[in-house]
Amino acid sequence: MNRRMNPWMKAGLYILLSIGAVSMLVPFLWMLSTSFKQPDEVFAPGGGINLFPEHLVWKDTVIDGQRVRAWWGNYPDAWKEISFPRLYLSSIFVAVVGTFGQVLTSAMAAFAFARLRFPGRDKLFFAYLATMMIPGSVTMIPVFVIMKSLGWINTYQALIIPGLFSAYGTFMLRQFFMGLPGELEDAAKIDGSGYFGIFTRVTIPLSKPALATLTTFTFMGFWGSYMWPLIVTVTEAPRTLPIGLRYFVGQHATNYTQLMAGSVIALIPVLLLFIFNQRYFVEGIKLSGIKG
Amino acid sequence: MSHKKREALAAYGFLLPNFLGFLLFTSIPVVVSLVMAFTHWNIFKPPTWVGLENFVSLLGFHREGGRMVANDPFFWQYVYNTVYLMAGIPVGMAASLITALIMNQKIRGIVIFRTIYFLPAVCSGVALLILWKYLYNADIGLINKSIRLAGEFIYASKPLAVGFTVLTAVFFGVIALATVGLMLSLVHWVSEKLKITWPDWLFRGLMVCAGAAIFIGLGVYGRQVYSAINVFFGTPPDWLGTVQWAKPSLILMGLWGGLGGYNMILYLAALQGVPTSYYEAAEIDGAGPWQKFWAVTWPMISPTTFFILVMSVIGGFQGGFMVANVMTGGGPAGSTTTVEYYLYQTAFEKFNMGYASAIAWFLFAVILLMTMLTWRIGGRVVTYE
Repeated sequence: MNRRMNPWMKAGLYILLSIGAVSMLVPFLWMLSTSFKQPDEVFAPGGGINLFPEHLVWKDTVIDGQRVRAWWGNYPDAWKEISFPRLYLSSIFVAVVGTFGQVLTSAMAAFAFARLRFPGRDKLFFAYLATMMIPGSVTMIPVFVIMKSLGWINTYQALIIPGLFSAYGTFMLRQFFMGLPGELEDAAKIDGSGYFGIFTRVTIPLSKPALATLTTFTFMGFWGSYMWPLIVTVTEAPRTLPIGLRYFVGQHATNYTQLMAGSVIALIPVLLLFIFNQRYFVEGIKLSGIKG
Repeated sequence: MSHKKREALAAYGFLLPNFLGFLLFTSIPVVVSLVMAFTHWNIFKPPTWVGLENFVSLLGFHREGGRMVANDPFFWQYVYNTVYLMAGIPVGMAASLITALIMNQKIRGIVIFRTIYFLPAVCSGVALLILWKYLYNADIGLINKSIRLAGEFIYASKPLAVGFTVLTAVFFGVIALATVGLMLSLVHWVSEKLKITWPDWLFRGLMVCAGAAIFIGLGVYGRQVYSAINVFFGTPPDWLGTVQWAKPSLILMGLWGGLGGYNMILYLAALQGVPTSYYEAAEIDGAGPWQKFWAVTWPMISPTTFFILVMSVIGGFQGGFMVANVMTGGGPAGSTTTVEYYLYQTAFEKFNMGYASAIAWFLFAVILLMTMLTWRIGGRVVTYE
């Protein structure tokens, strides 16, 4: 757009961006700082912001006759209190199985819609498209009733199986498959591949970027899913991370140092995923906007 | 078996798992939900058919002491809340567009900035809502602590206090005026596309009137403005605990989370898709940056704007559940309960499945209507290449 920018303007842009970046980061830093504080330090009276923890010591010690905990002390407490290992495992299990299933069923259906001819194809595809308009709250209650009548309340099936099928995923992959060249398919056919062989050996390998993007997005969807797991879980056993965190807040509403430590622990996996998969996040968002 | 038949058979095989799910978890539930909306059902006893009763008590009005009163006044309050909370959508879109415009410049380190700005969108969830509840805490939250500290500093000396008051008043005056201007230019732009012409002087006149009104108002009520600002800095409000602040607080939180999120990336992609030759042509015609934006960028990215608007409005009507459930419990006095949260309470706390289904169908109808409306208008306003 512009070949050479005025240095003043450049400096101005940097300042603007930095102000924005600071306001994005400050809440996170406050969260981190609080998680390192002494439990009663949060309620310290008087003015001032006490942005940073008053004491940062490596071991529990006594300073001026007061017991001071190590800076990391809130983390083991939160870890024990919220039973993180179980929640992590639940979340990971639900997200991995659900994502794999959804991407697989979407890819298979998309392959049929994009690369095969059969009677009723366009009508069925239109029906899929139409259901994308239906808000989740319409189907939620009947699906809950189905889960209840199957005896699936408070099971992993209830968390995973209704999420295995996605009209959106099918639509997105179909658009991508439509754009694949037909020559490779023909070559595979001449080599004696059946449709399944074409699907696994030609279509899937050629669609890695689209599949990776859908995988990232579906995974994030399962990982952050809140309303459905809240509805179908009753006890701690199959609960996922967000629900576990929610119940922890309900019980320890004012234990801010521990709450923040727990929040930090809960955010770490998704942050790691984002940092290593940033490209797919960006690509996925762009893809989702194409249909507009 | 013929080749065609084999292909069709294979296709059905590929479709089967997805189609079963589609049938079981989408198509059949939609029909069931519609039927349920005409029943009373608490899942423990068999449902009873009640005809239109749910819809009448949800949407209807009755006469009470000579006045028309809604059968379910709470519902209409929650509809109002939901719409109010969507006020953040246009502001957020403008902020995302400005961020994208800055990020689109060729300067160093932009990837780092993009990552930082995207962080809230990635982390969105219960953990962030807990964090914000803490930030908004009236006594120990970072926001009120900062406001109090700033207040102590400013009100330590009279000239500083007066100067600050004037600056704040001017600042909000300018923002109010800019908002009026933005709305007017939006009306102008849409009406131009719809082939309705307005005389230019009308717009200029309206702007001047609005500006005069704002500044005269600030002048007349100067003392009150001063003391209001003073009180604000002395005892900052309990953001999530008072009816008038709860919704603006949630909107502000949404703006923070959405500034550099999905919409910004969509805008960035759209900006990168505008051909450079268009800008060069505009430059040859002597266009400045402002004119280039309105003549080239804005029309070229209008499909994206349209897409984001439609998706945000659809999402907005269904939103607010997690925030209400984690942060506010829908309060104070129901001021942050949205339609979606009401639906959840009706279905899963009161087990009133029929009534909840009626609410769900109300949502569906509104979303369908909004989508159709925006498509009709959008088709005329948006420029496709």
